[in-house]
Amino acid sequence: MDLLRRPLRYCFDAGERVMAFAFPANWNPLLNLGALGFFFYWIVTVSGIYVYIFFDTGVAKAFASVAYMSNEQWYAAGLMRSLHRYASDGLVAVMLLHIAREFSLDRYRGVRWFSWITGIPVLLFVYIAGISGYWLVWDKLAQYVAIVSTEWLDHLPFFGQPIARNFLSPDTLESRFFTLMIFMHIAVPLIALVVLWLHLQRVSKPRINPPMGLAIGTGLSLLALSAVHPALSQGAANLAEVPGRVGLDWFYLGAYPLLETLPGKATWSTAVALLIIMAAIPWLPPMKRQRPAVVDLANCNGCTRCMNDCPYSAITMQMRSDGLPFEGEAVVDPDLCVSCGICAGACPTATPFRRMSDLVPGIDLPDRSVAAIRTDAEAEGARITGPSRIMVFGCMNAGIAAATRAAGIGVVSLNCTGQLPPSFIDYVISRNLADGVLIAGCGENSCHNRFGARWTTERLAGGRDPYLRSRVPRERVVTVWAGRLGAAALAQEIAAFATRLELLGPFRPRPPASRAAARGEPANA
Amino acid sequence: MLNAARYAGQALFYAGFAAAIGLFASWPRYSQMPEGSAQIKLSFNHSGARVEDCRRLTAEELSKLPSAERRPSNCTRARLPVTVQLSIDGSPIYDAVLQPGGFSGDGQARAYEKFIVPAGKHVIEAKLRDSKRGEGFDYESRFEAELAPWQSLAIDFKAEQGGFLFR
Repeated sequence: MDLLRRPLRYCFDAGERVMAFAFPANWNPLLNLGALGFFFYWIVTVSGIYVYIFFDTGVAKAFASVAYMSNEQWYAAGLMRSLHRYASDGLVAVMLLHIAREFSLDRYRGVRWFSWITGIPVLLFVYIAGISGYWLVWDKLAQYVAIVSTEWLDHLPFFGQPIARNFLSPDTLESRFFTLMIFMHIAVPLIALVVLWLHLQRVSKPRINPPMGLAIGTGLSLLALSAVHPALSQGAANLAEVPGRVGLDWFYLGAYPLLETLPGKATWSTAVALLIIMAAIPWLPPMKRQRPAVVDLANCNGCTRCMNDCPYSAITMQMRSDGLPFEGEAVVDPDLCVSCGICAGACPTATPFRRMSDLVPGIDLPDRSVAAIRTDAEAEGARITGPSRIMVFGCMNAGIAAATRAAGIGVVSLNCTGQLPPSFIDYVISRNLADGVLIAGCGENSCHNRFGARWTTERLAGGRDPYLRSRVPRERVVTVWAGRLGAAALAQEIAAFATRLELLGPFRPRPPASRAAARGEPANA
Repeated sequence: MLNAARYAGQALFYAGFAAAIGLFASWPRYSQMPEGSAQIKLSFNHSGARVEDCRRLTAEELSKLPSAERRPSNCTRARLPVTVQLSIDGSPIYDAVLQPGGFSGDGQARAYEKFIVPAGKHVIEAKLRDSKRGEGFDYESRFEAELAPWQSLAIDFKAEQGGFLFR
């Protein structure tokens, strides 16, 4: 699987970097695929409701009513029809990209199996809804789709009579068929919406709306496409003729030429095998993950920060069970925990300055503890030398490799940048373990654990608990969200940072009186 | 300048996105069969004769049955297979023995076949056997068709309408 994932990941990383030249970080389309999918779904829904007002079900009426929309009412219903179709295509495109990207990022195994598995029926329902929509137009393409679909279904031994016989000749088709299809075309997307709700159940704060700018951009581009190149019918269906050359919608109907030409047993076996493989992928092989976060009640004061920061809703607050005078206590659901350590980064007791007792925070990862991070930082601090010593706290998912390590550069690996409590930066600088701290992680807005980069940025900026103390000189702290393909950018940033640190000279903590004055407080406060 | 380049980049992306959607929504075009061809579609559902003929029950047999189950004759469910032959211009293109459907072999035999032929004049002969006779056919039809390019000729079978129907 890794052989498949790596090239895909490289492509997505490269694509993200290219897009980053044009788009602000949070607008990057490749980082908003799921949200764009929802956006296109709503466009399809709204345009579909409008088009339905004009649609007539019936063998002769269906084509005529759609033709009326495109010819007589091209400026409204016709435009909506095109938008309905193109947004459906956009939905398939972003959905397939979304699946490929999550696969490439290895975000489908372990506790994430649930989102992967619930995504499979969504994919199927979207295809069923889209294909049934093509039947409704009852043009030559609809005839082709209807016949190939029913012939394919007839390979199954479930149907008493071949369904394809309904399309044998003009006099065998009944208008009731359109009633059935319109029911399917409306009901199936609604079922898909319910499954989508399930799909998001194990993700906290899911992004289901793209940023306004991206939504406007993609929406307008589809609208412009609808105006310039409207979706039109391909001539009325006629069962006395084979629909000659048809313009296939390859987003939905790409497999149809194969369904039509290959033996039914082969296509059905392939389809079922693909479905089984897709469903089994999260366990091919199972993810070897670290042990989930553990709460140490003696150090947990029920502050809720870990619960608020957890990207997968793995932490809940429950009534205190140990008699300590706090309102609640954090409880970790091991089935939902991805062992990112963001909870430990949020814990106010995870401070490396603790010396009176062991460094055991209220919540921590057994396999990559905050104490171990402190030990590593101290060891690296003791090792590095030079006029501008830099301590790099790097996310292992962003591929911040040991190769970055050098005489003047110490590297401490984290499960996620969000695992680093801001007090560590203060600790490294004030204890003279390094002259500056550089935090390197996944690309901005594309954190492997969803919120690592975002929470770190907000914590350093004083917008999210726990804050970076004001006494920490900000000119000695740098964040680099370069991701896996950002080795060159990271090296550049490190070199530039080293130059700046050299100019700044060694860090000399200001005396308490000066610090108080800087905060505008009396010296003896 | 940087902002202008970014906006241009975004415009390029949106244009590319719309172009890709518009393009693959209907291109490349696809053809089911070669130019100048026509299609003959043979499809029917038909039950063969019973494997065993129905037998009238005697008065004695009837008297032994519960009153709710008394019926004049006793029929087994199984049906005979249906043999079909189709030839075009004297050349056989389809010769099949269609087994009855259903777990008990009591359902209809099903046929659904498509044949691509050059457009033009053709003589189509269709034969079907659904009885116990060992040779020959119970239904035979001959049809001369002038098939236009892309035309689809359906051949159905309905015993109650006299056999094969060409439409």
